[in-house]
Amino acid sequence: MRATVTVMLKQGVLDPQGEAVRRALGALGFDGVEGVRQGKLIELDLADGTTEAQVTEMCEKLLANTVIESYRVEMG
Amino acid sequence: MRAAVLVFPGSNCDRDLAVAFRNAGFDVEMVWHKDTDLPGGLDIVGVPGGFSYGDYLRCGAIAAQSPISGALKAHAARGGYVFGVCNGFQILTETRLLPGALLQNAGVKYICKTVTLRVETTDSAFTNAYTAGAEIDIPIAHHEGNYQADAETLARLRGEDRVAFRYLDAPNGSTDRIAGILSENRRVLGMMPHPERRAEPAHGGTDGAALFTSLSEALVNA
Repeated sequence: MRATVTVMLKQGVLDPQGEAVRRALGALGFDGVEGVRQGKLIELDLADGTTEAQVTEMCEKLLANTVIESYRVEMG
Repeated sequence: MRAAVLVFPGSNCDRDLAVAFRNAGFDVEMVWHKDTDLPGGLDIVGVPGGFSYGDYLRCGAIAAQSPISGALKAHAARGGYVFGVCNGFQILTETRLLPGALLQNAGVKYICKTVTLRVETTDSAFTNAYTAGAEIDIPIAHHEGNYQADAETLARLRGEDRVAFRYLDAPNGSTDRIAGILSENRRVLGMMPHPERRAEPAHGGTDGAALFTSLSEALVNA
């Protein structure tokens, strides 16, 4: 089984990389890109029976720094 | 006086930090990240700069989970001194020994240059040999030195006089130009600039040396 974890900087935390990408898109002539936020997508291959609660614990302990990042877990 | 310097795969300022401690009169032992115990009778643990574990996931995140990290936290909990420089500061925030986090520099680029810091407090074992408000030149070399914390944490840091150093300019986007902070008990210091690289005349300046002499004087008198 597989879980997908998406880690993003929390709203309100400046994302310099996302901002640089936004400006680059503007420079390429893509108008109307009002915001870009860049995060991480982590795919976990898991033994059957691994619970969402366990993946959440992985996020809390390592995969995300909850001081600055939020995360979302999708199972399966 | 005894100091340990932690060595992670990818640490590259560990020897510089050891030399600075030795020059200030410390006996220094290097401690490998896979060890689970620190040597006995330690006064201070240095967490050096570098790119521990290749900065994978987040700077300092993997080091914060390494075997030696438990002993580091126990040392701090006993009231031991801890000094984290650059990647060491990032590791100390990832272990939650210091609040906040270090994000990518606001200008997105790696910055390697000498900057001027203001010594904001002399009320610590790390800074008592400086004069309050002194301006010192210390090199920075980082890509993730942009200090961020929530408003409540920042208010506490300011209110409790725990901002040790501020940048005179704003090289990396750090909130309130914060370059280094102290823990609640003032025995853990984390800072992005490298005082160990500005500690003897051959370095081009010695403004960082007082940090290490501060420590040795404070620990001798303790």
